Amino acid sequence: MTGTISTTLPMTRDNPFDPPAELGALRGETPITRLRFPDGHLGWLVTSHELVREVMGDRRFSARSELHHSPMKRGDGPPAQRPPASPGMFIGMDAPDHTKYRKLLTGQFTVRRMNLLSERIEEIVLAQLREMREQGTSADLVTAFALPVPSLVICELLGVPYDERHVFQEDTAKALKLETSVDEAMAAFERIKDFIRDLVRRKRVEPGDDMLSGLVASGADLDDEEITGMGVLLLIAGHETTANMLGLGTLTLLSNPEQLVALRADPSLVDNTVEELLRYQTIVQFGTLRTALEDVEVGGVTVKAGESVSLSLPAANRDPEKFERPEEFDVRRPAAGHLSFGHGVHQCLGQQLARIEMRIGYAALFREFPTLRLGVPVDEVPLRTDMGIYGVHALPVEWS
Amino acid sequence: MKVEADSAKCCGSGMCVLTDPAVFDQSEDDGTVVVLVPEPSEDHHAAAREAAALCPAGAITVHE
Repeated sequence: MTGTISTTLPMTRDNPFDPPAELGALRGETPITRLRFPDGHLGWLVTSHELVREVMGDRRFSARSELHHSPMKRGDGPPAQRPPASPGMFIGMDAPDHTKYRKLLTGQFTVRRMNLLSERIEEIVLAQLREMREQGTSADLVTAFALPVPSLVICELLGVPYDERHVFQEDTAKALKLETSVDEAMAAFERIKDFIRDLVRRKRVEPGDDMLSGLVASGADLDDEEITGMGVLLLIAGHETTANMLGLGTLTLLSNPEQLVALRADPSLVDNTVEELLRYQTIVQFGTLRTALEDVEVGGVTVKAGESVSLSLPAANRDPEKFERPEEFDVRRPAAGHLSFGHGVHQCLGQQLARIEMRIGYAALFREFPTLRLGVPVDEVPLRTDMGIYGVHALPVEWS
Repeated sequence: MKVEADSAKCCGSGMCVLTDPAVFDQSEDDGTVVVLVPEPSEDHHAAAREAAALCPAGAITVHE
């Protein structure tokens, strides 16, 4: 197999629940296939669980943003070459830079630390649900619940005043929207950076009991730009992703009543329900990229040095070689091994926080609102097919 | 069974602790892997194997 097929990235969904059908067809025939990038670069698209995992676990594939060609258009024009990652934005770095920053944070996001936050997260969740109930018998679940819960949690952890959330929530949405031009996205990103940089300077003078203050005082000799980069990364990754999983997960459960009945009958299923939602609804829908630093054999083809590889996490999570009946949403299935948090040394740093937020969030939502239902037909729910992170723009719900 | 972990490779994802907290822990300092029970009893063998398979950094080895 020489990978003669050149395709463009499939982005069209037939329904809210399944990734683009073309991805499944590609996975069956050519799990690594040539992909024509919008800037003309001839790279690769990987769709099988085995090969996505292999590339993400192989350090000969770089995460450095300046090496990547983007598989998605931004705004009207072709995507511009990206600059190197800003100081502290370790998601776009390789070892040893990546390691230096990540190691400063891994101790903060351990399973134990996150479990210790459970009580506080439960308080935040219940307060939001109380407020939602006070609105009457209907609400937009995204603005009432799915977005505020992870935003409040990450703000508290980082030491960002929640009152100032409009500064970063609007700009995060703008930066991640595919219609936004490169220039506008960069400008939005710079505004978030300015906001965090200002906060870092305040923490130097008046430290608190929070992560930004911890980084200031860490003794790791980080300058303001580095802490700012780390803070921006945590802030964006911490609220946008979990918010979308809470919204989309609720839509999925409400649309699969027999699964919701099973969860309600046995609340201990919530941990596995979260894993299955992560597998079934893979919100990082495109944009996971690696670029070969040298020639590497993958699935019988040679990826040449300098070629970018687009890794489809949604396709990998629907691979029948890894998951039986992959198209079925089943809260009882073994879902471990999904790639929704990635794989390799860049695997999501905040995944244990995300799990706890979702476990507590879904459990409380369906317990406190036993009659929760969709307020509009499924096909009227506005979907985030236009965003790097999939989800719902709004989720009208009702209860009695 | 013997369980080994290479904390230099570990990226602190916590997958091992999530899979079997009786066998694995994470250090308080940097969140890297700590093997609590290097020779786990048989009822932990399946979980230890799963933890090794799930580890994103390939830091856990199980010798049968």
